Amino acid sequence: MKEQFLAFVKKEWFHIWRDKKTLFILFGLPIVQILIFGFALTNEIKNSRIAVVDQSKDETSQRLIDRIASSRYFDIEEFLKNGDEADGAFKRGKVKLVLIIPENFGSSLKHTNHGAIQVLADASDPNTASTLTSYMQAIVGDFQSDLNEGKKLPYSIVPEVRMLYNPQLKGAYNFVPGVMAMVLMLICTLMTSIAIVKEKETGTMEVLLVSPLKPILVIFAKSTPYLFLSFINIASILLLSVFVLGLPIAGSLMLLIALSLLFSVACLSLGMLISTITDSQQTAMLISLMGLFLPTLMLSGFMFPIENMPLPLKIISNVVPAKWYYFIVKSVMIKGVGLKIIWKEALVLTLMTIIFLGLSIKNYKVRLALK
Amino acid sequence: MQKAEENTQYAITAKNLTKAFGEFIAVDHISFNIKQGEIFGFLGANGAGKTTAMRMLCGLSKPTSGEATVAGFDVSSNPESIKKNIGYMSQKFSLYEDLTVMENIRFYAGIYGLSDKDIKEKSAHLLQHLHLDHEKNKLVGSLPLGWKQKLSFSIALIHEPKIVFLDEPTGGVDPLTRREFWEMIYEASQRGTTLFVTTHYMDEAEYCHRVSIMVDGSIAALGTPAELKKQYEAESMNDVFLHLARQATRQAD
Repeated sequence: MKEQFLAFVKKEWFHIWRDKKTLFILFGLPIVQILIFGFALTNEIKNSRIAVVDQSKDETSQRLIDRIASSRYFDIEEFLKNGDEADGAFKRGKVKLVLIIPENFGSSLKHTNHGAIQVLADASDPNTASTLTSYMQAIVGDFQSDLNEGKKLPYSIVPEVRMLYNPQLKGAYNFVPGVMAMVLMLICTLMTSIAIVKEKETGTMEVLLVSPLKPILVIFAKSTPYLFLSFINIASILLLSVFVLGLPIAGSLMLLIALSLLFSVACLSLGMLISTITDSQQTAMLISLMGLFLPTLMLSGFMFPIENMPLPLKIISNVVPAKWYYFIVKSVMIKGVGLKIIWKEALVLTLMTIIFLGLSIKNYKVRLALK
Repeated sequence: MQKAEENTQYAITAKNLTKAFGEFIAVDHISFNIKQGEIFGFLGANGAGKTTAMRMLCGLSKPTSGEATVAGFDVSSNPESIKKNIGYMSQKFSLYEDLTVMENIRFYAGIYGLSDKDIKEKSAHLLQHLHLDHEKNKLVGSLPLGWKQKLSFSIALIHEPKIVFLDEPTGGVDPLTRREFWEMIYEASQRGTTLFVTTHYMDEAEYCHRVSIMVDGSIAALGTPAELKKQYEAESMNDVFLHLARQATRQAD
């Protein structure tokens, strides 16, 4: 039994090893994804180009403009003569935001203690627009409290905000768990289902079924190398995120790896289930991509917060294994919590694995009996 | 006691073997006995029920009624023991193209539980016999189809099974290679291996010791090629087959 299993795993390893293109994707993908998310794509907005209309042209307005120009969020691209030019600047796509300081801003502030400025933002990208305007408000707020320094205000509330767990508001805290979920899903579900269905397509599965190998052993032996591959990928993602992106692992590394392997097994059993319901590699790939990869991306909370989803989607998101895993990784890796807090999520993943495995074994037997 | 004797005498026995899928009766009360070392041709048009019958004999599918034994084991109650004693080669090519000749041999020998020493001896003999010594480290995908088929057959025999099932083994192979393939089948038969062969080539049917022709799930004719030709007053097995197959009412799938 053990020799048969080993002979099988060895053969499976040859398949993977000989297919250099796939191998390259398997190992290259997580690295490329981490690097792309880490350096190229980022939710933080730095050095946004803006335009300024300064009609006040006095000392106060100049100080405000200097303050904005020196912040790392904004680069002043151009100065416009009046507000009417703002539309053109937006349409040329050069700037994301236009600040208009009206004619009597400085004097009005001095005499009436009240000054108004106008902030126009390009809301064709609503997230960027609201982020930029809030940055601008913060800078103006800072400027205002500097003006008030030493003066006693009748009422003043100063909220002191601290960003816990991710004080620098790094995007990496969000996407590393997401990339882990995506990569494991891809390797375990997609690759396993294709590898099993391929044997059906080429006719070797028939020979295996006629052999004394137990069907269940065939399926387990086929998925073992992929479990190993996913372990390597977990390791490489974690190494990259710690040493290249500077993301610390707050919680227990062992717990993180153990639960990642649990998620891998859940994905493997899902891959097996897919392989029992289809006979062609193309269908297996379509089901894996459309049915699993997209929900992982959309409904795991990685791209879009689940709290903001309409109720039906919220309910559906519960059957997406990646949702639970994503929560686990975020909790363990970033908040540093232990099994005491996330045992419920771990239990859900375990139950899912058992259900997928049970269904695929049952399907396998039914198919054998029918043919 | 009498039953045990029967089992040792015959490699395969089937008695009223039947398989139904709901209303549809794919295999309808077929009966035959196949002797050890016999080359048994299992003929029939597509959809006649050949594959279903063969799957039952290989222990992959449980009969709805009737009984059958293969290598002395009952197909319903003991399919696992049957699997250890049979070899199988399918109509689809059944080696791994991205593995070398040697890796394929080692893998199939390994899943039948052969020891390393046995594998070494058997593979050396096999490679020499097929004149594949120089190709043993080549990927199977790079070999010509004829060689692949011969290699596939030799690998199906590597664990010395009592019975080998060949499901259209010579599909797409040139006449010369088919000839060589049948020589290998005869060699195996002379060593006492029983061969259960399905084919669509009627000249191959003439090579079989005995032939059965299935029509609409039942066995319409059974006998040596000479007997069948005489019975149907036909010149060749081809004529016998056409005569019987035309009576079919079932559509091929």
